[in-house]
Amino acid sequence: MGGKFLFDGQPVPFEDGQTILQAARAAGHYIPHLCWHPDFPPHGSCKLCIVKVGGRHVSSCALPARDGMEVESDTPEINGERRALLQMLFVEGNHFCPSCEKSGNCQLQALAYELDMSSARFAHFYPDRPVDASHPDVLLDFNRCIFCELCVRASRDVDHKGVFALTDRGIRKHLVVNAESGRLADTDFAVGDRAADICPVGVILRKRVGFAVPIGERKYDEASISTVAMEKGE
Amino acid sequence: MDSSLETAADREQLRRVVIDPVSRVEGHGKVTLLLDDDDHVREARLHIVEFRGFEVFIQGRPYWEVPVMVQRLCGICPVSHHLAASKAMDRVLGVPVTRSAEKLRRLMHYGQILQSHALHFFHLSSPDLLFGFESEVGKRNIVGVAGAYPEVARQGVLLRKFGQEVIRATAGKRIHGTGSVPGGMNRHLGVEDRDALRAEIDLMVEWSRAAVELVKRLHRADPALYDEFGRFRANVMSLVRADGAMDLYHGALRFRDADGKILVDKVPDQSYRSLIREQVKPWSYMKFPYLEQLGPDEGWYQVGPLARVQNCDFIPTPLAEAERREFIDHGRGEPVRATLAYHWARMIELLHAAEVIRDLLGDGDLLEGALLAEGVRGNEGVGIIEAPRGTLIHHYQVGDDDLVTMCNLIVSTTHNNQAMNTAVREVAHRYLDGRKLTEGLLNHIEVAIRAYDPCLSCATHALGKMPLVLELADAGGEVVDRVVRD
Repeated sequence: MGGKFLFDGQPVPFEDGQTILQAARAAGHYIPHLCWHPDFPPHGSCKLCIVKVGGRHVSSCALPARDGMEVESDTPEINGERRALLQMLFVEGNHFCPSCEKSGNCQLQALAYELDMSSARFAHFYPDRPVDASHPDVLLDFNRCIFCELCVRASRDVDHKGVFALTDRGIRKHLVVNAESGRLADTDFAVGDRAADICPVGVILRKRVGFAVPIGERKYDEASISTVAMEKGE
Repeated sequence: MDSSLETAADREQLRRVVIDPVSRVEGHGKVTLLLDDDDHVREARLHIVEFRGFEVFIQGRPYWEVPVMVQRLCGICPVSHHLAASKAMDRVLGVPVTRSAEKLRRLMHYGQILQSHALHFFHLSSPDLLFGFESEVGKRNIVGVAGAYPEVARQGVLLRKFGQEVIRATAGKRIHGTGSVPGGMNRHLGVEDRDALRAEIDLMVEWSRAAVELVKRLHRADPALYDEFGRFRANVMSLVRADGAMDLYHGALRFRDADGKILVDKVPDQSYRSLIREQVKPWSYMKFPYLEQLGPDEGWYQVGPLARVQNCDFIPTPLAEAERREFIDHGRGEPVRATLAYHWARMIELLHAAEVIRDLLGDGDLLEGALLAEGVRGNEGVGIIEAPRGTLIHHYQVGDDDLVTMCNLIVSTTHNNQAMNTAVREVAHRYLDGRKLTEGLLNHIEVAIRAYDPCLSCATHALGKMPLVLELADAGGEVVDRVVRD
């Protein structure tokens, strides 16, 4: 079966079961995303992959493609919404790119460049999120968490450890470590875990190597996130 | 060491004149003068009105982030903070830095010295020196210099640009690079960058010699001004290499007294706390450091070019050493203490930096060799470097979990706090006392402050003519005169 839909006016083929995002990527069209990862099922929480289908705004990572759909993605309206979502993510945490060791490798920062975000626009929350440096090999800097739950899913579904979880709701939502003490050192988390290198931002960090690769020579310094995503499949 | 103008006895009865902000310096400061009914200066203070808080918000951050984060203190000499923090963290890691890494850091640092000294002399101070302290204020800036002395301005701008290129080639960016890391460096110098810098370095050395000549001509043209303006006795402090040479990257601490006699010598950087204490005064956010053995009244000291050129036994590059000897001879057996001699000393260091860069660019260790080493991890480290403005001290304690638990920074301008205040008082007493104040007269005070190249916030760069509001208030606080410069 399968079929075709129009993506920004271009015909895109799809197979049964493919989402809009998967089919568009397979046809060479980039859709911004943060919580979606090619190795994991759709999550639909960040909403950066929002597209317009038949007048409705939908998550392209979660909506199955259908024959004859007309999908709008790279338009001023949709990119404006994505930019606003990014701005809200920036003010919700403490994102200080100039001294962040993830700078140049961070998907949040790279998307902000991609979508021409030039200011935070909203008032910063400045939340108090103490770091967890208890683990000998890995630092957790919760200041930068965007609640994509990739670490939660990787630790639960791939590592089968369930080290991470989101707790509380709404404005109080935050990432926690599943241990009586709340400390990473008191879990069986290991630096070789899938969850250790899944974070799209700068929360889960290998200790002591943060600036080993010079800023300016990093993944998204060399090419835009859309280019990296489409050429390297990341 | 007269501090009689620090606090007047009858403050409430005096008129208050404020210079706010002080212009053509880095950051934000103001000067207040209290005058009596006969226009005699009774009190003069340089206030630093910015509050930064870096020492606190570095606490709780991982140590490897510090050299990158802390350099955001400053947009003019970020390399100095970047390297001082790296040196402190080398100590925490117990790492003997590799040959290649140290040479790369030295190249970065001397590039920083070159660009900062060029910026200060040509862009910020030369307008006062070339046109006169009371010259037309609208032309008293780098644009005015470019109009009247185009070749001087051109060389100044290009010297600075070259220094910035050295920084870019070693740190990755002209400002706020990330080349230095705890334990070493993360990049070599590229061959293309090396060749591009080598192609220009001989010209930079020549232009640096010309800059020294320019300052000497100014001194010769008006010795009464240059030898006397803001002259006072002071102790000096700087790092000095083990053999007594000037070394702006590493060394041990040496103090000399106002007569040039060595008071303290060969004190390792890790022991700075055994020498220096800091005093707090209620009217300034900037502390007042002093040599503990002399106490706060007698123990304050100068740092920076004027101190360094006279504190070392020699400069280890030939052209700058010849200039140093001429400078020392100028004092006729006494230390040179005039405030404007800071510029002369600064240009000697500019020449030294150009010579060091020239020598380093011929060194193959910049292009290859180990960049990182490993050592035995400790919990504390001090990194001291001679920044363009003077001795810069970074001191950290790091927990076993790799987070910083204590941070103490004593930046160059802080060491010069009392000296700058003394210069302000000296100039106010000598040039302003009993006279009707004009913009030109008040600029004398700014000239004295500018000579120190202060970085008042160690962050903000105030270039060119800044807005200036002068208010004259009577004893009741009523504004009786107001001059505004847009």
